Amino acid sequence: VQADGTDGNCVTFVLHDEDHTLGNSLRYMVMKNPDVEFCGYCITHPSESKINFRIQTRGSLPAIEPFRKGLNDLMGVCQHVLNTFEVRLFPEELKD
Amino acid sequence: LPRPASLTPRLPPPRSRAPRPSASSQVHTTDFPGNYPGYDDAWDQLRFEEGFRVDVVREEEDTLEFDMVGIDAAIANAFRRILLAEVPTMAVEKVFVYNNTSIVQDEILAHRLGLIPIRADPRLFEYRNQGDEEGTEIDTLQFQLKIKCSRNPQAAKESSDPNELYINHKVYSKHMTWVPLGNQPDLFPDAGFRPVHDDILIAQLRPGQEIDVLMHCVKGIGKDHAKFSPVATASYRLLPDITLLQPIEDEAAELLQKCFSPGVIEVQNIKGKKVARVANARLDTFSREVFRHESLKNLVRLARVRNHYIFSVESTGILPPDVLVSEAIKILMGKCQRFLNELDSVPME
Repeated sequence: VQADGTDGNCVTFVLHDEDHTLGNSLRYMVMKNPDVEFCGYCITHPSESKINFRIQTRGSLPAIEPFRKGLNDLMGVCQHVLNTFEVRLFPEELKD
Repeated sequence: LPRPASLTPRLPPPRSRAPRPSASSQVHTTDFPGNYPGYDDAWDQLRFEEGFRVDVVREEEDTLEFDMVGIDAAIANAFRRILLAEVPTMAVEKVFVYNNTSIVQDEILAHRLGLIPIRADPRLFEYRNQGDEEGTEIDTLQFQLKIKCSRNPQAAKESSDPNELYINHKVYSKHMTWVPLGNQPDLFPDAGFRPVHDDILIAQLRPGQEIDVLMHCVKGIGKDHAKFSPVATASYRLLPDITLLQPIEDEAAELLQKCFSPGVIEVQNIKGKKVARVANARLDTFSREVFRHESLKNLVRLARVRNHYIFSVESTGILPPDVLVSEAIKILMGKCQRFLNELDSVPME
């Protein structure tokens, strides 16, 4: 992870060893944050596996906060999906 | 389509249906905060949990079909991509050829051996360190394939059937035997690592030819090489949504039924008249045949429910498909956790 930007409000994170899998889902979670004015990601070159992930916030919130919140929200989503899925698939184990 | 900023808040489509034929107009999700005044679209975990559900439609030994409702395309696609490319498995990586006098070249043989799915739970093993040539017992599985073809002395004189004339002339995956390394016999006493299928034809031999190779299996992911992909395929589609804009009767109803896949449209007899009704939109394969008929073109609206994903996961047999999906979700969580840890440990300037 490398950060680079003009001031704390708009930051471009360079995420190594990542692609659309995390990029798109993280972008979705960060966009759901009402404090975020702009969020996008791009893959600099298809041969290199790294993405530029840019967040710009409205007002004075440092851009790292929506990034952290987006990651936490995505974790929450995955956890809930996992729980729901396992409950649905392995109901026998829960009876113990 | 503009969002209905009208009287009834949050009423169904347009924002939950993606219409066709103008398919390109509403492909991306637009329910982000600030896009539509009066609607609160900020992320709310509770609202997500209320709206989310998983239904298992069909579960067989190697295939799993399940529905995920209430999730967004970005995340559903992330799961699909992880299932294809990032769930690890064990596969043959290095082949030490001691003797290969068969017609199959060394590298072709090695390539074929690599593609054979190995029944070994990858969670029991570690990744091999880069630059480590030898391989330790915690990251490597060793297999041996040693087979020699010979002439069958009991064959009839005039027979031309290779099955009768030669012994061991077809090399199958069942001829691969596990050679335990180090303390593997103690760690895995009942494992019996072997290829998933016994009847994969690896090579064909004639008398006098033999193959003697030693194989090392390592743990890898599909991104590195497709042989490590644990799924035959993993795909999803959106639930179709067929709406009849006007009541359709008699011959038009029969014609409508023929336009769609069987079971989608059902023609009922109401008061002597045949009336068409959408019975099960899920079965439709969206051939859009209905748009070829002038009389029916404007009476039907074909769309998809935007947040209802019908996943179909087909495993190669290494791990059962439900375990694969759980692993995929855990891998996505692991990715997030990795960046959270980095954020916390490295001070940002």
